[in-house]
Amino acid sequence: MNSYEVDVVVIGGGSAGLAAAIVVQKAGLDVLILERDKELGGITLQCIHNGFGLHEFEEELTGPEYVQRFINQVKEMNIPYKLDTMVIEFTPEKTVYAVNSEEGVLEVKTKAIILAMGCREKTRGAINMPGFRPAGIYTAGQAQRFVNIEGYLPGRSYVILGSGDIGMIMARRLTWEGCQVKAVVEILPYVSGLIRNQVQCLEDYGIPLITSYTVTKIHGVDRLKGLTISKVDRNFDRVIGSEKFIECDTLLLSVGLIPENELTREAGAKISEMGGPVIDNNLETTIEGVFACGNVLQVHDLVDLVTAEARRAGLNAIEYVKERYSKEIGKKTHIKCNAGENVKYIKPDLINKANLSNDIIFTFRVKRPDRRIQIQFKDENNKVLYKKKRRYVIPSEMIELKLNLNELKIDSKCKNIEVEVIPRPEALIEED
Amino acid sequence: MSESDIPEGSKEIRCIICPTGCLVHVENINGELIIEGHSCKRGEVYAREEFVAPKRILTTTIRVENGFLPLIPVRSDKPLPKERLQEALKQIAITKIKAPIKMGELLIKNVLGLNANIIASRDLIEAL
Repeated sequence: MNSYEVDVVVIGGGSAGLAAAIVVQKAGLDVLILERDKELGGITLQCIHNGFGLHEFEEELTGPEYVQRFINQVKEMNIPYKLDTMVIEFTPEKTVYAVNSEEGVLEVKTKAIILAMGCREKTRGAINMPGFRPAGIYTAGQAQRFVNIEGYLPGRSYVILGSGDIGMIMARRLTWEGCQVKAVVEILPYVSGLIRNQVQCLEDYGIPLITSYTVTKIHGVDRLKGLTISKVDRNFDRVIGSEKFIECDTLLLSVGLIPENELTREAGAKISEMGGPVIDNNLETTIEGVFACGNVLQVHDLVDLVTAEARRAGLNAIEYVKERYSKEIGKKTHIKCNAGENVKYIKPDLINKANLSNDIIFTFRVKRPDRRIQIQFKDENNKVLYKKKRRYVIPSEMIELKLNLNELKIDSKCKNIEVEVIPRPEALIEED
Repeated sequence: MSESDIPEGSKEIRCIICPTGCLVHVENINGELIIEGHSCKRGEVYAREEFVAPKRILTTTIRVENGFLPLIPVRSDKPLPKERLQEALKQIAITKIKAPIKMGELLIKNVLGLNANIIASRDLIEAL
């Protein structure tokens, strides 16, 4: 078995992995990127629409243009990478096992690991869609790969279930390729993606958006022939008698993304409710020296934010290799971060009390849209540590806040904090 | 732009600048634009542009004959008038090119005479 030794292994050569590897190599450490696809770049390569890079480069790029800049940098810096190489296991002692067709199984002994495996789409099975299993049912990202990379159209007439950004962008893409998109069907009472995409991808082309509806029957045996959609009530139960038939040969599912953490879970790291690993304020998982960034940690809406998070993971991995690796580390004490009113999740899950003096980047999402709200951090005694007004919050926009808890004078005994998004008191509304 | 270039009539335009999504009413009254319903300056600018001459960056793919992949993603280097997008897409669809290609390479010059070029969005090597 081929055996390698490096300072840091990056699992995944997409937008997160590339940015992390670049900062690690710049610090003079040996890094190796392991990528299972036949080229670097990850999912950003198939997102050929524009809108990327406004934070990172202050210009509007397409997905491929964005990630090509990082690929070029990796190649200029001669950062080693292995393609067509699938990681099959890593251990808490930080040996990474991978497999490819040239070397068979290989092992890499390393001091730190950066997880950058991204996420994958929820499938028909994940949403328990009953009925026949004809050809013609795909996830939106799968169809995106067929159309934008492989050069195939998966069908001619489409219904898209789910009004997330990928689904709406695919609706326009397929229209541009001469296909007919009959409708975008959304189970929630409001659109899930950005208004920009609703206007420019659906309304521009007269594609109906049908909210509070879902697919309740698949028609067709060999090939999809059509769908029955039904209205749903507040509890998402279907309303009998509201059924409508839509003829189509293809159904695309754009119903959510799940961080891809099989390796992380098998290595024994704790996984949080949303599917990403439990991390502290250094993006370190519950396995020492293993860091996570990008969509494997939490699903982001902007690749620019993935890049920024990946750099932080890279810097923390460097710090770990240089300062803490192979040293006896005492037991860490943590403050746990909890999601309160109208908060779906919050990262980090834990704050290491030893580095409270650093700025902490909190990221979270709300459960439902709201306006004129207040974001509030409380300790376990309901003492308000921090509050901030915002005009609106929507589930499709991740909220990022940089805070210094030391400045907030957090109690040294504090073990839990909670973040909540609540309506502003009346007086504040008047000020608007 | 002269007054005669401004379209006649009125339109309800949903602002895309932020998630508030104001519905902006734009009306041409004897060559003068009345804009109502926006709640910020950026929204007013957007609604005016969208009424007078809506434009979009076009992103699609071009067939590659001998590439590592069968397609290369491409974009227009300037926004194109919205009503000319279909026509531009048709021209792009019948175009075939050869690898290797570098990001930013000019693939179709002055598409439809619109003073914009179609350029490559990534590098693409030849088939291995």
